[in-house]
Amino acid sequence: MEKTVNNKAWFMVLPVLVLVAFTAVIPLMTVVNYAFQDSFGNNQFFWAGIEWFQELLSSERFHDALGRNLIFSFTILAIEIPLGIGIALCMPKKGWGVPVCLVLMALPLLVPWNVVGTIWQVFGRVDIGLLGYFLNSLGINYNYTQDPVAAWATVIVMDVWHWTSLVVLLCYAGLVSIPEAYYQAARIDGASRWAVFRYIQLPKMHSVLLIGVLLRFMDSFMIYTEPFVVTGGGPGNSTTFLSIDLVKMAIGQFDLGPAAAMSLVYFLIILLFSWVFYTIMNNVGTEKKHYAGEE
Amino acid sequence: MARIDLDHIRHSYLPNPASPGDYALKEVNLTFEDGGAYALLGSSGCGKTTLLNIISGLLTPSEGELLFDGKSVTELSTEARNIAQVFQFPVVYDTMSVYDNLAFPLRNRGVPAAEVDQKVHEILRIIDLESKAKRKAQGLTADEKQKISLGRGLVRSDTNAILFDEPLTVIDPHMKWVLRSQLKHLHKQFGFTMVYVTHDQTEALTFADKVVVMYGGEVVQIGTPDELFRKPQHTFVGYFIGSPGMNVLPCEVDGSMARIGEHSVPLVCGLNPKKVARKTEVGIRPEFVKLGAAGEGLPLKVNAVEDIGRCRILRGEMEGVALNAIVGEGLSIPENPTALFDPAQTNLYADSWLVSEGA
Repeated sequence: MEKTVNNKAWFMVLPVLVLVAFTAVIPLMTVVNYAFQDSFGNNQFFWAGIEWFQELLSSERFHDALGRNLIFSFTILAIEIPLGIGIALCMPKKGWGVPVCLVLMALPLLVPWNVVGTIWQVFGRVDIGLLGYFLNSLGINYNYTQDPVAAWATVIVMDVWHWTSLVVLLCYAGLVSIPEAYYQAARIDGASRWAVFRYIQLPKMHSVLLIGVLLRFMDSFMIYTEPFVVTGGGPGNSTTFLSIDLVKMAIGQFDLGPAAAMSLVYFLIILLFSWVFYTIMNNVGTEKKHYAGEE
Repeated sequence: MARIDLDHIRHSYLPNPASPGDYALKEVNLTFEDGGAYALLGSSGCGKTTLLNIISGLLTPSEGELLFDGKSVTELSTEARNIAQVFQFPVVYDTMSVYDNLAFPLRNRGVPAAEVDQKVHEILRIIDLESKAKRKAQGLTADEKQKISLGRGLVRSDTNAILFDEPLTVIDPHMKWVLRSQLKHLHKQFGFTMVYVTHDQTEALTFADKVVVMYGGEVVQIGTPDELFRKPQHTFVGYFIGSPGMNVLPCEVDGSMARIGEHSVPLVCGLNPKKVARKTEVGIRPEFVKLGAAGEGLPLKVNAVEDIGRCRILRGEMEGVALNAIVGEGLSIPENPTALFDPAQTNLYADSWLVSEGA
């Protein structure tokens, strides 16, 4: 069949192209541009080559922040994924409890990020915060402005509070799609509770869990607002994540070149991890296709 | 293997059933003999699946007792009853291989590995999936998956009965036939008690030695396919079994005659004068309606004639009530046909139930 060429069609796509150019391509290119130059005020730029990248990759400050980010992301994944599965398994499958649970679960997701930060900042305060006051009156020395462990605990608990719901809702969606006959067959086969989970529920949640892991990893790796509001990156640098460090460098110190180089590296790291997750997901998908093809 | 008795079983899905209408299953007394092949036949929503789930223990009946070989199992859990059940949609454990799927019920019961291996191989051979033993169950065809579901029931040596809940619904017509004959064969080979739920009369009649017909939460007739055909106990049985179903014509009974409008047909049985029936009907299968020339029998208005190869189905009506007749090969249909009823095959129904007393 002859393919119709109609150049007018491009006009239809033009608004999107312009939008994407202004929102993504041009800012990104600006960052790339900055990353290879040194800037002084008055729009004076000097070619710096890969100097900023060399400096960044050998900088201890960057390594530490990256390390903190990785520890943070894997910690919250290790907590939120099993916890989310657990809560989803406990949620009712029918009756009036379903809408109640769903609304309760969705609530933390609806709170703006800086409000979440503020809530926990106040909640954890030693003088007026319920949590801080309560813990200290129990004799636990909790003060997130002075103790790095307390600061980390606060940031992690806050993220768990904020985002476990997402994992719960995804898992719940997977669970309710399992036909009743599977559970009945498992009872007839004499399967234990664990076997039901391992061979019926977990396989059905598999694909939504991968999406959950991917979303939670990306989000937590880019975390900024909540810890910034609660701890401001402190005490010391103990909760300074890459994003917080980046803002300090770009806006606080106005080091546009190094900050741009760091943005690019940060971006590439997220891209790399996302690609790894995407590949895993895709492999699972092709395995399915492979079998389906044989039918 | 066991004999299964249902003793005054009633079940309601409501917490406090009051009227008979609240019961999905109204008082069922039934015996499945050890090693028998039974079919539970009925239209959707008549309580077949409820009955099956009560036998397997997925449901506990509101009232009544269930006995396996005379021992009450009403309170026993599904696992403890040693029942196998095959569901409408194939249930396989996707992430396991075919082999592991079959080994699963045995491993759950702590059977030694050597015995598991021997049993699983035996079943793989029977269900003809040896070549796919190592493959993941995911992605097999529907009939292969259904064979695995079945295999998981066969693999256990302590199975009391195998229950089938419309197992061939999702199977291709050709494979249906193949699987059904395999089931028949397995039944002969193993001698399990088999209960097969279906709403397809062909499936029921070809599979079972005895067919249990259910209607509105009640068992209306238990019998061999032949009994169901010749002496339907209830108009529903007559209507549900046979293609087309039995003709049911409202009538008034006058001694040994049934009056249909202005016409009369002879009966071999009559009403018991002591019983008052609100509704009386005459039932006759289309196979037993003969066609006569004008004046010989009941006037018949012909609406359509369907040629289905071996015979023709005459779709007609009489006094506004549908009346079908099967016209055998080589017989012609007269110009203005009338219907002649074979008295021996004409059944009388009072309030939908067969009247068997003599006239």
